[in-house]
Amino acid sequence: MDFLAPTSWAEALECKAAHPDAVAIAGGTDVMVELNFDHRRPPALLDLNRVPELADWALDDGRVRLGAGVPYVRVISELGHLLPGLAMAARTVGSPQIRNRGTVGGNLGAASPAGDSHPALLAAFASVEIGSVRGTREVPVAEFFTGVKRSVLEPDELISAVLVTPPSGPQQFSKIGTRNAMVIAVSAFGFALHPDTRTVGTGIGSAAPTPRPAPEAAAFLAGELEAAGLWSSRGALPATLATEFGRRVRDAAAPIDDVRGSAAYRSHALSVMARRTATWAWDAYRDENRSAA
Amino acid sequence: MTSTETRMAGRLGDSPLRPDGTLKVTGEFAYSSDLWHDDMVWGVTLRSPHPSARIRAIDLTDALRVPGVSAILTAKDVPGENAVGLEHLDTPALADGVVRYQGEPVALVAADHPETARRAAARIVVDYEVLPAVTDPRTALDPDTPWVHADHDNLVRDLRIRRGDPSPTAPVVVSLDFEVGMQDQAFLGPESGLAVPDGEGGVDLYVATQWLHVDQGQVCRVLGLPPEQVRLTLAGVGGAFGGREDLSMHVHACLLALHTGKPVKMSYARDESFFGHVHRHPAWLRYEFGARETGELVYAKADILFDGGAYASSTPAVVGNGGTLGLGPYRIPNVHVDARGVYTNNPTCGAMRGFGCVQAAFAHEALMDELADRIGMDRVEIRALNGMVEGDLTITGQVVDSAAPVAELIRTVRDLPLPAEPAGERDIRELPGGASNTTHGEGVRRGIGYAVTYKNVGFSEGFDDYSTARVRLEVVGGEPVATVHTAAAEVGQGLITIEQQICRTELGVEQVVVHPKDTTVGSGGSTSASRQTYVTGGAVKAACEAVRASVLRRASEALGRAELRLDGEKIVAAGGEVVASLAEVLTDPVEETVEWRHRPTYPIDPETGQGNAHVQYAFSAHRAVVDVDVELGLVKVVALDTAQDVGRALNPDAVVGQIQGGSAQGMGLALMEEIVVQDGIVKNPSFTDYLIPTILDMPPMQVKVLEYADPHAPYGVRGVGEPPTISSGPAVAAAIRAATGKPLRRVPVRPEHITF
Amino acid sequence: MDITLEVNGETRHLSIDPRVTLLDALRERLGITGPKKGCDRGQCGACTVHVDGRPVLACLTLAATVREPVRTVEGLAADGRPHPVQQAFAEQDALQCGFCTSGQVMSAVAAVEQEVADVREFMSGNLCRCAAYPNIVAAVEQARSTKESADARV
Repeated sequence: MDFLAPTSWAEALECKAAHPDAVAIAGGTDVMVELNFDHRRPPALLDLNRVPELADWALDDGRVRLGAGVPYVRVISELGHLLPGLAMAARTVGSPQIRNRGTVGGNLGAASPAGDSHPALLAAFASVEIGSVRGTREVPVAEFFTGVKRSVLEPDELISAVLVTPPSGPQQFSKIGTRNAMVIAVSAFGFALHPDTRTVGTGIGSAAPTPRPAPEAAAFLAGELEAAGLWSSRGALPATLATEFGRRVRDAAAPIDDVRGSAAYRSHALSVMARRTATWAWDAYRDENRSAA
Repeated sequence: MTSTETRMAGRLGDSPLRPDGTLKVTGEFAYSSDLWHDDMVWGVTLRSPHPSARIRAIDLTDALRVPGVSAILTAKDVPGENAVGLEHLDTPALADGVVRYQGEPVALVAADHPETARRAAARIVVDYEVLPAVTDPRTALDPDTPWVHADHDNLVRDLRIRRGDPSPTAPVVVSLDFEVGMQDQAFLGPESGLAVPDGEGGVDLYVATQWLHVDQGQVCRVLGLPPEQVRLTLAGVGGAFGGREDLSMHVHACLLALHTGKPVKMSYARDESFFGHVHRHPAWLRYEFGARETGELVYAKADILFDGGAYASSTPAVVGNGGTLGLGPYRIPNVHVDARGVYTNNPTCGAMRGFGCVQAAFAHEALMDELADRIGMDRVEIRALNGMVEGDLTITGQVVDSAAPVAELIRTVRDLPLPAEPAGERDIRELPGGASNTTHGEGVRRGIGYAVTYKNVGFSEGFDDYSTARVRLEVVGGEPVATVHTAAAEVGQGLITIEQQICRTELGVEQVVVHPKDTTVGSGGSTSASRQTYVTGGAVKAACEAVRASVLRRASEALGRAELRLDGEKIVAAGGEVVASLAEVLTDPVEETVEWRHRPTYPIDPETGQGNAHVQYAFSAHRAVVDVDVELGLVKVVALDTAQDVGRALNPDAVVGQIQGGSAQGMGLALMEEIVVQDGIVKNPSFTDYLIPTILDMPPMQVKVLEYADPHAPYGVRGVGEPPTISSGPAVAAAIRAATGKPLRRVPVRPEHITF
Repeated sequence: MDITLEVNGETRHLSIDPRVTLLDALRERLGITGPKKGCDRGQCGACTVHVDGRPVLACLTLAATVREPVRTVEGLAADGRPHPVQQAFAEQDALQCGFCTSGQVMSAVAAVEQEVADVREFMSGNLCRCAAYPNIVAAVEQARSTKESADARV
C-alpha cells in the first residue's frame, strides 16, 4: 500500500490524479473505522495533514472559506459567530477527542447520511470547493450528495474547503440521540433564517439515503412569512405555521427502519425538531430587532 | 495524622486505597490484553455467520497456504471431550457438525501476526447447510418447533412454585405483560489471554476471568489433561459483570498452544466480544397480583420466560432466581409461579449482575404501582405495607432470618431531598437531549418513580459454595508480613483491598501482600452473586484465625505462658503485659489454608418450589427523578437516589462505588442498552449502536447505606454488588411512566415507545 | 514504510504498514500498553493519548499521519512521581476495573491543563462501565485545585 504525504495543495492534487483510487485522510475519524474493520483496503492513502492550504479558515470575498482540514474543535471555538449552525452541529460530533481530529472536509468526503455537519451546511446554503489538476469547481452542498456514502467527487478530486456566506439571521441545529453524549444521529435537522434574501434554509440528516434539504417546506415557510408581513414586522411566528412547516419537513424525508430508530419515529422527530428550531430561530430574529432598537 | 492512626489505617471499616490503584492510574497494570511473550503467535477464531446450520465440510487448503500460519484447528483436533458448560456440558469448544447461534466458534487459526491469522481464517471454506432457526422463545416449546439440540427438547429448566390456596381470589386484581430486552455486560476490556505450553504436555493460561477453578475444570476436560497440567493465573481483568463466568478464548488458546508448542495470545476486538460471551437473558413476564382493598397482597401469579439462547450456560440458575425471587421482597401468602428457560438459536444468555431478579423486578414493580393506583394508595406506602420484615416467609417458605428492612429502605429514599424543580431558563445540557439541542424546555415533564428489590447472595439451591484462603505470616526485614493467597478473582470490585483489610484486622500487621490469583491454591468460587466479600472474606478471616491460633500456640510453647493474645504486632498476656513482639515469635513462617463454607442451602421441591434455597438476601430501593421530552421521547435522569442494607460496610467507599456502578447499569437497561437480535442475527455488535451510559448520563446520586449486620455472615456482611442493578432500572421506568402517562411495558424504553 | 514518532519525549523509529493505527504502533510495536483497545472505532475513549497536547483517539489516528509529539499515560509522571491527576485518580478511587483509566487520565489531564468549564462534557468521550463517574469528577476537581494552589504559589 502506498502512503502519499503531499506538503502542498498542488502536490496533493497531483498525487490524487496519479492515484485516483487513493483514499484521502485528514483527521481519520471516519476513514479509520473502515480501515480498522477491513471494510476498505485502498491501494493508497493520501495524508492531507501536511497541506497548509487546508488547515485554516478565512473571510474571503464576503464568504467564510473553511479549509477542509480544520478540526471541529476550532469550528466550535472560533466560528460560533460566523457559522453558528455548523458550530452547534460540531458540538454534537462524537466526543471531544473526535472533535480534536475530525474535520468538516472529512465529514463531507465520507458523505454519510448521518454526518452531523451536513444539515447545518445545507441550511446555510453552503458550497463545497473541489479541486483537481483540472481546476477548481464549486458545488452547492444540496447537490453534493448522490447516494449513501456517495458524492459528486470525481476520482481525481479532493475537497479543499467549504464556502459559507456569514449568516444574515439566526441558525439552529438539533439532533436526536438516545444518550447524552457520543451518539450518531437518529435524525437531525438544520435550520437557518436568511432575512437578507427572505429565505429559509433547511437540512435533514439521517432520514434519507443522503442528507437533503426540504426545499418545499422552506419555500412554504418563507412565503407564509412574506405573506403575513412577518419578515418586516418581526411579529410572533404563529404556532400553526411552525407546525405546518414541521409537517412539510417530515414529508421531505425518506427514512428507513434500523437499529437506531424506526422510520416512523424519525419522521415524527423531524417534524418536532423543525417546528422547534424554526420557532427558536424566529424568536432570536425578533430579539435581534429588540436588542438593536 | 498521629502514628496510632497510621497504624490503624486500612482495617475493616476504613476505606484504604486499593493496592492495584497506583499501577492502574499509571498505565502499568497488566490487563490480559497487555500480555506479551517474545515467541508468541496470535490466535483468532472463525465463527459461524448462521444461527442454525449443519456443517457439511470444512476446507482448510487455501487457509493453510497463507504464509505465517502455524496451525488451524477444528472440532476433530480436540483431544479430550468437546464439551464445556457451567451447569450442563452442552457447549462444544469448537462446533462439531452443527452450529446453533451466530458467532459460534468453528475453527481456530494461529499465525505470526493477528492480521495474518484473520486473513487465513477468511480463507477457510465452511460448507454450511443452513437450517431453520428457532428464534422466538415464546414458541420454542411448541410441539412443532424443532429442537435446538438433537438429544434434548428446548426446555432448559422449568421451575414452579405453588404455595397456599391454589385458586385464590381477591377484591382488587391487577395484571400486566412485560418484556425485557437483551443486555450486554459490555466490560471494557475484551476477552483475552495468553496460553504458554510448558514443553511437557501441559499449559499455563493467563486469563481475565471470574472463576479460575471452574475454568480449569472445563479446560482440562477439553484438553484431556489432569489439573496439574493446566494451571491458570488471573491476568488483569477489565470488568466482568457476569460476562466472564463462561469460557471464551480459554480452551482455544490452550489448544493452539499445545498444538504449535508456542505461546498463543488471543484478544477479541469489540465486535467479536459481542459474540464471545453470554448476555443477560431477555424475558417475557406475565404477572397478576390480587390484593385487599386496603392494599395487602393476597396472591400473586407469575409466568416468566427466559430466552437462554443456544446453550444452557447459567440459565438454570437464572430461572431459579427468577422463580424464587421474582415476586419481589413482599409478603405474599398465595403464590403460583412458573418460570422457564428455553433453548433457541439466539445468542447464548447467562450471567449478568443481578440475573433473574433484574428482569422480574421490572414486572413486579410496575405491578405494585398499578395496584397502588387502583386502590388509591401511595406508591411508597403500598411497598412498605407489603414489604418483608425479618421473620417473614419467602414464597418458597424460607424464613428470612436476618434484617429485611423493605419499609425503611423505600421510605428512606422517599424522604431524601428531591432535586430542585426546574425554573427559569435552563442550560440545555440539563435537559433531555443535552447538547444536541432538541428542546429548550418544550414538552419536558418531570416524573418520579420508586422501586425496591431483593437478591440472593451467594450460590443457592444446595450448591456447595465455598472459598479457600491461604494466609502466611512471616518476618521480612524485621517486620511481620502477612501474605494472603486466594483464587478469588479481583475484577475491579476491590476484593484484594478487602482481603488486606481482613488480614490487618485479624492479625494486627500493617504489611499485607496479596499473592497473585492462581490455581495453586484451592477454589475461591466465582466472583459473582455478590458473594466474594462474604465467602472469600469468610475464608480469609478463618485462615487468619487459624494463623493467629498457631502463632499463639507457638508463643505459649516458646514463652511457657498460657492465655496469650495478639494485640497489634505484640503478644500480650492476660494481664495486659507485653511478653513478646510478633516478630520475635515468628522465627519460622506460619501458614494456614482454610476452606470455608457458608450455611448450606437446599434444593427446592420440584413440585411446589418450597425449600430453603438461599443463604442470604440483600435489599435495596431506588427513587428516580426524570425529565422526559414527551414529544421526542428523550429522557434525562435528573436524580437516582438509593438506600441499601449492606449488613456491615467493611470498606464504605467501595460499597458506595458498587452501588453507583450497579445503579448505572440498571439505568442503562431501562434507557438504552439492548442487543437487537432479528432472526437470530445480532444487529448492533459495536459501541456505536450498543450504547452504555456516559458520564453525562450519570445522574447525581444520594446513597444511603444501612448497616443491619447479618448474624450468620462473617462480620455481618451482606452482598452489595447486585441489588443496585435490580432496583435502579424499574425506578427509572416508573419515573418515565409517571412523566408520560404511558404504560411502557418493555425495556429499554425507546423514544418511540414514549412518542407513539 | 518508515516513520518516526516522538513518544513521551523519546524519538522512536519504526517500520510499519501504512494502515497501522497509532494505537497498534504504540501497543504492539513500541510495547506502550497504557492506551487500551476497547472498541476499535472511537466509541470508548480507552485509547486516548495526547497528540500535540490535545486528547485524541489513538485507534482512529493513523500512525503515519502523526508528526507532533505523542504523550501517553506512561509519560505523565515526572521525577518518578505520578502526575497530580494520576495521584487524584488513585486517592479519589476514580476507578474500579481500571481498564478505562489510562484514557480517563489523559482526558482529565487535558481538562485540568485547559481549565475547561464543563468537566463532565469534556470527559464524555471516555466510557467507564464500572460507572466510577462520580469519583472521576471528584478526581478532576482535586487535580484542579492542586493545580490552582500550585499556580497561586508561583
